[in-house]
Amino acid sequence: MFEKALVGGRGYWAWMAALGAVVCAGAWNYGVQLQAGLGVTGLSRDITWGLYIAQFTFFVGVAASAVMVVLPYYLHDYKLFGRVTILGEFLAISAVVMCGLFIVIDMGQPSRLLNVLRYPTPWSMMFWDMLALGGYFVLNVVITRVTLEAERTGAAPPRWIRPVIVLSIPWAISIHTVTAFLYNGLPGRSFWLTAMLAPRFLVSAFAAGPALLILLCLGLRRWWPLRIPREAIASIAIIVTYATAVHVFFVLLEMFTAFYSQVPEHVSHLTYLYAGLDGHGALVPWMWTSAVLAVASLVLLLVPATRMRDGTLAAACAAIFVSLWIDKGLGLIVGGFVPSPLGAVADYVPTWREWSITAGVWAVGAAMVTGFFRITASIRAEDR
Amino acid sequence: MSGVNRWRAREVTVRDRGWILGTFALLVALALWPVWRAVASAPPRLPDLPRPAGATACVEPVDVMRASHMRVLETWRDRVVRDGVRTFMDRSGRVVTMSLTGTCITACHADKAAFCDRCHDYAGVTPTCWNCHVVPPPGSVAAGGRR
Amino acid sequence: MTPGRRRFLRVTGAAAVAAAAGAALGCAAGRSRSRRLGFAIDAQRCASAKGCLDCIRACHRTHNVPDIPDAGHEVKWIWKEPFDRALAVDDPQILTPALRGLPVPVFCNHCDNPPCVRVCPTQATWPRDDGVVTIDAHRCIGCRYCVAACPYGSRSFNWVDPRPYVRAPPSDYPTRSRGVVEKCNLCEERLARGLRPACVEACAERAIIFGDLDDPASDLRRALANRYAVRRKPELGTRPQIYYLI
Repeated sequence: MFEKALVGGRGYWAWMAALGAVVCAGAWNYGVQLQAGLGVTGLSRDITWGLYIAQFTFFVGVAASAVMVVLPYYLHDYKLFGRVTILGEFLAISAVVMCGLFIVIDMGQPSRLLNVLRYPTPWSMMFWDMLALGGYFVLNVVITRVTLEAERTGAAPPRWIRPVIVLSIPWAISIHTVTAFLYNGLPGRSFWLTAMLAPRFLVSAFAAGPALLILLCLGLRRWWPLRIPREAIASIAIIVTYATAVHVFFVLLEMFTAFYSQVPEHVSHLTYLYAGLDGHGALVPWMWTSAVLAVASLVLLLVPATRMRDGTLAAACAAIFVSLWIDKGLGLIVGGFVPSPLGAVADYVPTWREWSITAGVWAVGAAMVTGFFRITASIRAEDR
Repeated sequence: MSGVNRWRAREVTVRDRGWILGTFALLVALALWPVWRAVASAPPRLPDLPRPAGATACVEPVDVMRASHMRVLETWRDRVVRDGVRTFMDRSGRVVTMSLTGTCITACHADKAAFCDRCHDYAGVTPTCWNCHVVPPPGSVAAGGRR
Repeated sequence: MTPGRRRFLRVTGAAAVAAAAGAALGCAAGRSRSRRLGFAIDAQRCASAKGCLDCIRACHRTHNVPDIPDAGHEVKWIWKEPFDRALAVDDPQILTPALRGLPVPVFCNHCDNPPCVRVCPTQATWPRDDGVVTIDAHRCIGCRYCVAACPYGSRSFNWVDPRPYVRAPPSDYPTRSRGVVEKCNLCEERLARGLRPACVEACAERAIIFGDLDDPASDLRRALANRYAVRRKPELGTRPQIYYLI
């Protein structure tokens, strides 16, 4: 079925070529990073994880969010999502590939990547994260292959695929939980040391991922084979609404715990993020933008009139996606490292090379989503 | 949907035989490039390795070292770094400190360029050991292994 | 299900539970110890307020630690921190005006319950039975998870190739390559030759006391018996093995 992604008009190929250029630029800069070391990034002795791991954390959430359309359809026979589940699963595959690329790009010795499998370490959460993400990738590849093949031939999918799909539901939850476990088991990082991290990750994933899915569905409505019924999009919008509401609530909970208890270790990280500390405040405008976008998105989603209109729905989804990209990305990672264990405060500013490499990985993900959606559209077109 | 399907499959027929075989032959020829190059140039001489002055025998027989000195070093690495065992007894009963810099280089093969690099260059390998393991300049060798 | 199959599942399930319980008990029992190496640092004897850097110079020379001018990329195994920053003490009985702001050496605590070891996905760092928390630079994949896990900031990552920044001529100790993590190794190569750590030997004021915490007759234990000592962030459960004498 891959040959269907090789068919397209000028617009399609222009888009793929643009993505290809971004990928090439990113690959070139990654070559520089391989030669010179991670010193070409803006990372430092005190802030050792930054843009790459931030992207990894955010896109694991996007990958896990497929469960929000898979669960209602396969467990509760919610027929409205019938045409959407495969799009969610394709988004998940692309997101998992991006996550894997971000991990490899962040490693100091990527040629030794297989050491994680050669020397299995069950007490390290990173070991389980690799297994969970790898397994989720395989699951979704199998599921999409089988269900899309079934759509193409018009026959019912084989019965054994159903337990595999049902397995992907708790597996999706587990990939994001184990990613949260990477952070919230570290005794020295008080910003992350909260049991709330896993629920926060899941809730924000269930807002950001389906929001992206809605944006893709709305944007591709012209492409009639991928046209998703309005009611389905409306249902997904309700999921995004409640997830956004709970996410905003969880952020406020963190604020209360820190600022009411006044424990310096809790207060200092949030102060750095939202107000700046010791003259350093590079992330302050970002965090407030994230907050404003989240609230604006929530308002637009809660009001039925704006939620049900395509234009305002798209704006709300874009707003919450960007808001969470900031909050769960750089906000989460850099906030954990500043102040340092010795109380040092510094800013982290990604270098242009870092941005280029990151954009290259985004472009890989976008190309995969484009290709997968093209294949799906092609198969659905043949149905008619 | 816009776009003509230029890639729509058609049956492969006997008329495609020429293209298929020709492309295949070209690819095989390109893949054998190292062979053509070797045939075209003069046969290279095996490197003449200098024997270290003063030392009588290596920690293992020459044929073992020639075939697997990398394995020997890897075993040494794991024994020293991971097991904390620093010495072993060779076949002649001599106690040897397992150290690339301290034993191999410092005690015997002091001129890395003349000994180690010559074969590595000939074989076209770039061991990464030297990125970390320090090689004292040949004139400054002191006996006795340390690291 | 036939009776045979049911019985098989029961036996297998019970065996699995027993094995898991055994493994858990084994983990809980802890590792075997030959010694428990640690340090006591006498803040009052340390002459760093007068600009003394002997311990740092000795350590970094012995181990070819690079001297990188860019502060963000610096690699350090031992350095000085003001007393009240290194140790979260604000009790005025302890934090006398003389102590406040006094720079003291800080380095890897070689914790008895090290979080850095717990997180490493390749077992490139592990605790030896004498208490030294050591790194295998050949296996490290440079993920920097251990750097995130260390509550003390003791670990440094090689952002660039360190060789150009190693003072020539280098000592025999291997340098590290870019892309791996390094930290104080408790001079394990010197311990293997029966020597004391370089910082201990270099300190003219004998402000760094080294010994076996499990040996009641050691200098270290005697120093700890006579003076009040604090450790860095003991509430985190890492059980650091460096004591700062008040």
